[in-house]
Amino acid sequence: MTRLRGRLIVLQVMVIAMIVVLVVRLWQVQVVQGSRFVTVATETRTREVRVPALRGAILDSSGRPLVRNRTTLVVSVDRGRLERMPDGGAAVLRRLSGVLKVPLPKLKMEIRACGPGVSRPCWPGSPYTPIPVATNVNPRAALQILERQEDFPGVTADIQAMRDYPNGRDAAQLLGYLQPVTQSELEKREGLKANYSGVDLTGRDGLERTYDAALRGTAGLRAVQVDRMGKVITVDQQSDPVPGDILVTSIDAKVQRIVEKSLDQAMQEIPNSDGAAGVVLDVKTGRVIAMASRPNYDPRVWTGGITEKDYRRLLSDKSGKPLVSRAIAGEYAPGSTFKISSASAMIADGESLHGTFQCPGAYTVEGRSYPNAGGMSLGAISLHEALVKSCDTVFYRAGYEEWLRDGGKTPKSKVKEPMPNMAKAYGFGRRTGIDLPGESPGRIPTRAWKLDLYNSTRAEMCRRAKIGYPEMKNESRAAFAKRLANENCLEGMIFHAYEAVNLSIGQGDVLVTPLQLARAYAALVGDGNVRSPRIGWALMRPDGTLHKEIPVPVEYHLPVSDETRTYIRKALSEVPSDGTAAGAFRGFPLNIVKIGGKTGTAEVYGKEDTSWFASFAPADNPRLVTVVMVAQGGFGASTAAPAVRRIWEGIFGLGKGDNNKPIQPALPDGKPVTRLPAISRDGTQ
Amino acid sequence: MTEAMRVGRGSLARRAIGRGAVVWRMDWLLLGAVLALSVVGTLLVWSSTRTWSSIEPTAMAKKHVINLLIGLALYSAVAVSDYRWLRTYAPVLYAVALVGLVLVLTPMGSTINGHHSWIMVGGGFAVQPDELAKPVLVLMLARLLARPSERDKDRPRALNVALCLVLTGVAAGLIMLEPDLGTTMVLATITGAIIVLSGVRKRWVVAGILLAVVAGVAVWSLGLLKPYQVARFTALLDPSTDPRGVGYNSRQALVAIGSGELFGKGLFHGGQTTGRFVPEQHTDFIFTVAGEELGFVGSVAVVALLGVILLRGARIARTCNDRFSALVAGGVVAWLAFQTLVNVGMTIGIMPITGVPLPFVSYGGTATFANMTAVAVLQAIHLRSRPFSS
Repeated sequence: MTRLRGRLIVLQVMVIAMIVVLVVRLWQVQVVQGSRFVTVATETRTREVRVPALRGAILDSSGRPLVRNRTTLVVSVDRGRLERMPDGGAAVLRRLSGVLKVPLPKLKMEIRACGPGVSRPCWPGSPYTPIPVATNVNPRAALQILERQEDFPGVTADIQAMRDYPNGRDAAQLLGYLQPVTQSELEKREGLKANYSGVDLTGRDGLERTYDAALRGTAGLRAVQVDRMGKVITVDQQSDPVPGDILVTSIDAKVQRIVEKSLDQAMQEIPNSDGAAGVVLDVKTGRVIAMASRPNYDPRVWTGGITEKDYRRLLSDKSGKPLVSRAIAGEYAPGSTFKISSASAMIADGESLHGTFQCPGAYTVEGRSYPNAGGMSLGAISLHEALVKSCDTVFYRAGYEEWLRDGGKTPKSKVKEPMPNMAKAYGFGRRTGIDLPGESPGRIPTRAWKLDLYNSTRAEMCRRAKIGYPEMKNESRAAFAKRLANENCLEGMIFHAYEAVNLSIGQGDVLVTPLQLARAYAALVGDGNVRSPRIGWALMRPDGTLHKEIPVPVEYHLPVSDETRTYIRKALSEVPSDGTAAGAFRGFPLNIVKIGGKTGTAEVYGKEDTSWFASFAPADNPRLVTVVMVAQGGFGASTAAPAVRRIWEGIFGLGKGDNNKPIQPALPDGKPVTRLPAISRDGTQ
Repeated sequence: MTEAMRVGRGSLARRAIGRGAVVWRMDWLLLGAVLALSVVGTLLVWSSTRTWSSIEPTAMAKKHVINLLIGLALYSAVAVSDYRWLRTYAPVLYAVALVGLVLVLTPMGSTINGHHSWIMVGGGFAVQPDELAKPVLVLMLARLLARPSERDKDRPRALNVALCLVLTGVAAGLIMLEPDLGTTMVLATITGAIIVLSGVRKRWVVAGILLAVVAGVAVWSLGLLKPYQVARFTALLDPSTDPRGVGYNSRQALVAIGSGELFGKGLFHGGQTTGRFVPEQHTDFIFTVAGEELGFVGSVAVVALLGVILLRGARIARTCNDRFSALVAGGVVAWLAFQTLVNVGMTIGIMPITGVPLPFVSYGGTATFANMTAVAVLQAIHLRSRPFSS
């Protein structure tokens, strides 16, 4: 027994040692490091649940909805929670697939993160937010998920607001769309972070993007105690969400519809056209009344997550990239519509407004002949007639002579460049600053621009001048390209006479957007101020009170005398009756509503001509400017001008409708709405 | 009623409460510690399960109390009985336990809380044969090793030592098939402790330890452990290896205990407990509830109470007069000590995560009965190893 007792003492000592070890370790964990674990524990236990604010609606100038909200039952999945499960959430997804009647593979695809090599369907948003996997869920399925949370851990069903577009495709590009906020966006927007909830969407384009902060509102915040499954045990504190502001725009839904319809007809007539745009501006305020672009798309594809197929289609060349608004991002040569700028430049440069100008059938510059369209020859005419009949040779001459005065190929140290500078004064060659993202600046070729271009391309051109284009299959084309490279290498910095000549009639390297052209005409026929156009008119609080009116900034006054502006306006007022658009306006009651305008037919290398018509009405006291551009539409007089005519008919209520009854004017007397609409408490009109 | 019966009744009453009776000679410190732990355990089970059902927050606590009452009845019966009958029936008990362990592996076995170690006996009751195996093995081994060697009265017979290893191997093997690494380790510890206590030569002890190390390395390197079992060990060395899996449990346990600080958040006021961040917190991880809600003071009290039981047990082992009693008492102490170390240790990050309950505190009927019987045997040994009259 002694040996046994001895060994029992060893056991006893080991027990004492064990107790000491445990107590020391407990001291270390609970007393020494205790406060650190208290912090960790609080962090694990408390969650900030963001209650999303209702996004503000977007209304037209009369309070009619352009974008509104509709509620839908959405089922979302917390991927982080699923990943923590032993089977990676496979069982939960399988059950979910059964309840939602969505195939399991599709469900799995929708919750994986987008990234290199992973294309839609996938989740482009933050990995830490619940991923909506089904919208418009029937209430019974949603209830099943909510009631059997033990079967569906990490799955939630709740009512969410979704964007709704009562006018279908109308103004789709202008309104923009929403997409889940990405993790990097969340991190970048430190200050705004709290305003995004788990299912947060952010405006990605159009007005939704520009006015995102105002429309979004302020999300409510609930600090809650949760259990391991994320179930809320108690609510510690709560701040209610503040709904977003309502954006009232100057868009008139009726006019918008008229423009859309007119463009549809134009596109039908010209099946080869790859794009068109229509812009209606309020001359007095500089606000946008309507703006449309073709091709277009149905914005509902974004609601509830876009499918892979739809997304690819929207970005593809085949669909013509309908997300891109041709009205603000499409750059086209303006053709003769540009002559208002050239004429203004001629007068500002010292030519007489009341002088006579030679309009020969062709004008020869450096041995090359530049003819009028159709070889038209009118002899000595006034500037008025040159505009009405759109005589190119009058402007060729002026452009060439200005170029010569600046020193021709060897420019003076200080060049005047009247035509390019006037074009810039009209707002061409730079962004209008409209309240939309993705605007293009267009281009006005000047001597400085040419030199910049040369400096940036010289190295490549001179290299090609030496080595040629051995990778080109066609030898004669390669030889031509090599010659061109050599020419550009040697004298690419020279602003040639033909460039000045082309510029005078809005050809060559001149590119403008339809919106730029519209605001230039508005400045010409209005008060002479060049404005930065606005679509947003006012932000209204959800209770209907005015939060902020959105002003239209005046950039500056045109450097064109009132006399010249009036002269040009009067000349253009005769275009629909006696000028290039007479055919298009045959039968139009010009005695009731006098229309002014200018046709444009711009040549495009390798394509059909771009068809333009820039117009204003009433011609004597213009209230509205309308510009229509149809790419590959042929003559301005044959495609764009009839499209504009249809728009004026709709706005002024002229002509007959589909059922042969007189149509109601969209804007009686062409007067846009001047007072903000009254909005009731619930945010509807 | 006959005279004899009356006398018998009188003598029973006298034996119970008369001078020098059982009640007065009992090890009250041991029983007191057991009762105190049972009360604490009930409160902790209550606290950790009250959120399960809003209708009946005390359902689990009530079941635990019933288990305790049955356990105390067992305790009383065993404590006052002549425990030596257990020695006689040890082989039968061992056989019963083995049948139970085999049944677990048949379709009769069922899985509760991720452990496949239960047999449903109907009426919502379930038995855990591996918990029964622990005391049974103590008795069986003590019986075999109590028989001294013929050459040296202080050493066991070599053949019996070998037989012990076989008996343990069979039981442990069945448990490993469930699989339950924790209980297997407990059985190995019991066996090792009793063999060492029984007086085998030191060189055999050293050889045994070396063999265990080699076996351990072999099991590890041959990949006989399941990946999750390996993960439990690696997570101990580096909790950041698997923060969502095993590391999660060990991390959450540490956070819950640590956040209790010196005095705890108060019973029923542990946020981590209420949020059920620690898994199995009414059974294997019940110590985290003590740590969070009762603080350092409370957890040390729990450890101290367990210490009282273990040290009283060791004292009883040292003071008894025969090898069988001493080995049984020593075996019980080794068993409960190892479970205490592993259970508390895993919650404070010094032991791997294994499914071993905390004696007298964790919820679980079979374990409660086994523990109660074990201390009852200690008590019985205590009662019989002292002279009747002081």
